[in-house]
Amino acid sequence: MEWDWAIDGWILFVGTLSACSCALLGNYLVLRRLSLMGDAISHAVLPGLAIAFLITSSRAAWPMFAGAVIVGVITALLTQVITRYGKVEHGAAMGVVFSILFAIGLVLIRQVADHVDLDPGCVLYGNIVQIALDAQFEDVPPAARNLACVFVLNILFVGLFYKELKISSFDPDLATTLGINATLMHYALMVMVAVTTVANFESVGSILVIAMLIVPAATAHLLTDRLGVMILLSQLIACFSAVTGHLLACYGPGWVGVDAVANTSAMMAVVVGFVLFVAIFLAPEQGLLAKWYHRMKLSSRIVRQDVLGLLYRWEEMNGESGRSMRRDEVLTVVGGGSLPTRALRKLLRQNEIVRMMDGRDVVYRLTDSGKLAASQLVGAHRLWESYLAKHFHLASDHLHEPANRMEHYITPELREELREQLTDPKHDPHGKSIPSEPM
Amino acid sequence: MSGRFAGSKIEARNDDHDAESPLSIHDMTVAYHRKPVLWDIDFTATGGRLIGVVGPNGAGKSTLIKACLDLVPRASGSVRFYGKSYRQQRGIVGYVPQRESVDWDFPASALDVVTMGRYGRIPWCLPPRKRDKYAALECLDQVGMADYAHRQISKLSGGQQQRVFLARALAQDAQIYFMDEPFAGVDAATEAAIVVLLRALSAKNRTVLVVHHDLQTVPDYFDDVVLLNMRIVAAGPTEKVFTAENLHKTYGGRLTLLDKAAQAVAGAGAR
Repeated sequence: MEWDWAIDGWILFVGTLSACSCALLGNYLVLRRLSLMGDAISHAVLPGLAIAFLITSSRAAWPMFAGAVIVGVITALLTQVITRYGKVEHGAAMGVVFSILFAIGLVLIRQVADHVDLDPGCVLYGNIVQIALDAQFEDVPPAARNLACVFVLNILFVGLFYKELKISSFDPDLATTLGINATLMHYALMVMVAVTTVANFESVGSILVIAMLIVPAATAHLLTDRLGVMILLSQLIACFSAVTGHLLACYGPGWVGVDAVANTSAMMAVVVGFVLFVAIFLAPEQGLLAKWYHRMKLSSRIVRQDVLGLLYRWEEMNGESGRSMRRDEVLTVVGGGSLPTRALRKLLRQNEIVRMMDGRDVVYRLTDSGKLAASQLVGAHRLWESYLAKHFHLASDHLHEPANRMEHYITPELREELREQLTDPKHDPHGKSIPSEPM
Repeated sequence: MSGRFAGSKIEARNDDHDAESPLSIHDMTVAYHRKPVLWDIDFTATGGRLIGVVGPNGAGKSTLIKACLDLVPRASGSVRFYGKSYRQQRGIVGYVPQRESVDWDFPASALDVVTMGRYGRIPWCLPPRKRDKYAALECLDQVGMADYAHRQISKLSGGQQQRVFLARALAQDAQIYFMDEPFAGVDAATEAAIVVLLRALSAKNRTVLVVHHDLQTVPDYFDDVVLLNMRIVAAGPTEKVFTAENLHKTYGGRLTLLDKAAQAVAGAGAR
């Protein structure tokens, strides 16, 4: 398809507005664990719209918004009532309310569609291209104008009530006692969600709007731990999804050899879902990759320390002048595979062990700095054994295993404290000497 | 029975309340779904005292606090702070909810949370001012958490989170504090720090009402005690009220802890 700024420009503009206006409020839905509420309201406003159409027989914006707001608030209220008096869980109550209201809406819309020019499919999935085509006949399509108004309204809402929204999301009880009525803020948010949803019907539709409400905010939540940054990130992600979504919709099918244009709003949802997926892997702290990296780092440190401890004990047993430990002996104890080999290489690089030849065998010895590190490690091990023996009355053959695990996590401060509590012991329960702390 | 709830919202006469008392509760009944959870609560706090509220699970301890702060509706009765209603006295009442009542994954730093204690003094729609941040930092310092001011709250330990909550209460700079189980699930160091803080508040003539679980420490920590089990079993100075007999009445004998508690009482009497 040829790129035509007169049309594609409008699509980009409307798509971005749509994604950003939803994502802005989505932050608070995600933080209050009300994600489903966004879904519920976006579905439940349908009968409100239909009734507004029935009464006014037009597609004028104001009755539409009024109808949606009223039904949106009713949804939130009904959910509250059913949760309290029906003794069902909050999520289940929402499910009941919105599916029934949505069904009523669908029935009504079918009726309305006979009288008013209204396509049920359009309400469900949106028709962003139609908005752009409208722009050819009018200066500014009404859908775009409504979206822009709602976006500005949302910015004002979040900007003006930033502090109030923050405290009533985090600690509604405290907010209420301070005079910031959390229930009022809750319903204000629900009204804004209802209005935003209606404004988005023509662009992304009532089903896809939930993706824009929740996913950018959920992704941003993974990436940061500051509310302000989270809101900004959610906006960037929304922009990115809108632009990339439209580009993919135009050119994506061509790349796979299909001569067609995909639905822009659906592509936006796909892109934003993909962004979330990537964030789950790559998030700086909570991401799977970061977690995997930290685990790998930890296990290679443990293997390195095991090698140091092994060589230390060997040299302790055989004396300074005794035979050095052979490579195959080291690997038999710490296990084969790539991890120990890499550990040996890194230790050599860090100059903590040296590699020598003893006849035809490769042997390792600790350097002075290696000896120091190893003595601290073995010291921690034996201190922990002494501590366990003293406080847990474990038999001496039960001490080695737990100490073997703990030795890698005992910090210098903890070592110090153990020494103090055990009044600076010289020997562990097996009678082996505990290396003293270097001055 | 229904009659007593039917005519619920009778305005309290002010002569039911002691205008000098930081907190006076008159004939308060609270019901959830019409089932009363607190009956006929009458209580008048003495200023500047540390007051422990103890009672078994489901005794209505948290509800007592929430009903005082208008967070749950009262079926009948009235609450006054220095003779005035909560609405009029918001500014002098501080609240520390249970630590589990909030989501600690919320994107906020310790300083953000403490600053929230000042939100009541900031006009609507205005952001916290510089001096609010400084006041919040000062409060964090008072609980020994100044070094953690910019740490994300989910990365704090349970004890540290509780200290942040207390710092937030300090930031409210109230005359009377309500604390819901501040000692729940904290380490020994934090418990000691909280006790020091409570004493400091009391020394400044602040009144603190604390929901507490550990009967053994009651005589050590609190000047007054309220024994609660859906009604007030006994209330008054700890050395007079915290007796084995009253505890037995409160816990209905279904608690083996009673022996321990009795020992604690005996220990307290010996001193």
